[in-house]
Amino acid sequence: MRGIGGEGARIRALRLQKGLAQAGLARDAGISPSYLNLIEHGRRPIGGKLLGELARALDSDPAVLSQGAEAAQIETLRRAAAASGTGSGPAPELDRIEALGAGFPGWSALIQRQADRIATLERAVASLGERLSHDPLLSASVHDVLSAVTAIRSTSAILVEDPALGAEWQARFHRNLFEDSRRLADSARALARQLEAGADADRGATTPLDEMEAWLQARAFHVAELENAAASDDTVIGLAADLPSGPGRTLLTAHLQQYAADARSLPLDALARQVARHGADPFALAAAMGVEPAPVMRRLAAAPADVAGAEIGLVRCDGAGALTLRRGLRGFGLPRFGSGCALWPLYEALWSRRPLMRRLQQADAARPVRAFAVSETRFPGGPNAPGIVTATMLLVPHGSSADAAAPALPVGQTCRICARTSCPARTEPSILPDAPL
Amino acid sequence: MTNGKRVLLIEDEPNIIEAVRFILSRDGWHVATHSQGSDAVDAVRAKAPDLVILDVMLPDRSGYDILADLRADDATRALPVMVLTARGQQKDREAALSLGATRFMVKPFANADLLNAVRDMAAGLQTGD
Repeated sequence: MRGIGGEGARIRALRLQKGLAQAGLARDAGISPSYLNLIEHGRRPIGGKLLGELARALDSDPAVLSQGAEAAQIETLRRAAAASGTGSGPAPELDRIEALGAGFPGWSALIQRQADRIATLERAVASLGERLSHDPLLSASVHDVLSAVTAIRSTSAILVEDPALGAEWQARFHRNLFEDSRRLADSARALARQLEAGADADRGATTPLDEMEAWLQARAFHVAELENAAASDDTVIGLAADLPSGPGRTLLTAHLQQYAADARSLPLDALARQVARHGADPFALAAAMGVEPAPVMRRLAAAPADVAGAEIGLVRCDGAGALTLRRGLRGFGLPRFGSGCALWPLYEALWSRRPLMRRLQQADAARPVRAFAVSETRFPGGPNAPGIVTATMLLVPHGSSADAAAPALPVGQTCRICARTSCPARTEPSILPDAPL
Repeated sequence: MTNGKRVLLIEDEPNIIEAVRFILSRDGWHVATHSQGSDAVDAVRAKAPDLVILDVMLPDRSGYDILADLRADDATRALPVMVLTARGQQKDREAALSLGATRFMVKPFANADLLNAVRDMAAGLQTGD
């Protein structure tokens, strides 16, 4: 539905989603709260410069505010086309994508649902592959099944392909077939039990990291129970017990223990006071509070929206580059599996060992983001043992107009779904249509 | 001709051993078998086969470790070894070949494919491939 009411409703919904007060948004956009109230309720028209100011203040795009779901649907179709790969047959007519969305809303919705389903199935396949690699019991069951099948296939082929086989050999191979078929039945039942036992854990969240992130995402990464300085290990263990798998609980326990320690050293009210003065700049906040930047980044990512003052994304990796925590930010996609783009300052921080700030822009993002990255090194085994390095990258929306003067570094999510041409860091071909090799 | 050639099958599944032994014996191979991983390298040295078929998931030692030991020994460095495994992902194939496997075959297999692979390896022996 277009018209006066549509934009206002979308502005209101987005404001509430971000946890912003009407007065705060009105101030940022340079209008009075009462005027914003009229806009939100469709009693004043909006367009042009004011729409742009409100979009900027909401870290959105004017087209999204004015076109709403239609724009989102076209974006979804565009992503579905990009993710479809280079199969046989003609490529999707991207130049007519808007006509498709407007003229065939039902078909567009079907494409969207199918793209979502494909993504879900791909995650399930990747998850099963990961389980086979990391679950020794499952791997052993699959091996038992394949061993029995191997024996049955070879033995039965001998019986069928050699009609002159002597009676004694025939009897031996028939007995072997009987034994192996029983073994196959037993091992297949065991495998089915294991898969069924894992099915609940696989539904929705598919890996221990997914489980933990889904739990954190449901709370917007804020764990109110641990903001109290008196929170104990029992509190952490009780919270982590929510997760269905042991590995997931282990990951979440470690995360929550660090959360509790960070909360004790950087209480939320102290952080809020400094954010009000310095904004969501972890380096400025760390200097003002006399602490390291990494815990400030974690606290910003865990703070409610009204404390952080901005939408926050957070990525962490280990010394080998594997992503160990992902909180996404609109306009900056994170890979579901594997490592991220090698151009991210997250990776540069691993070797440069100095704080980094970069403006980054992904190919399909409307605006750049600001990325702050640092690395930390621990020596849990003592000074003579290898150091354990992690890097953390905080992502915040595009920032002030002063930032906008500096060029943004073109980056991607990960090579496999990145269409950037002539990237010096590419390590594998993209699966996107017409993407570079 | 393959008559007189000796193959050592290192595999722990009795009925797979019996089937492979039958398939190769019928083709003129002398088939010795060994079911343990821990002393498999000693068995190769003692039996001195012309080629080896090596399972990966043995009860007490990985076939990959056995292969690495064989390639580290001058006496068995060039011995043709076929890795025969239920783990057939690309990374398994690459691991086997990087360790020096002559061939990589995934279970379950067609008997004719196994036989042809062994014959090819024997032909490589004769031609020095």
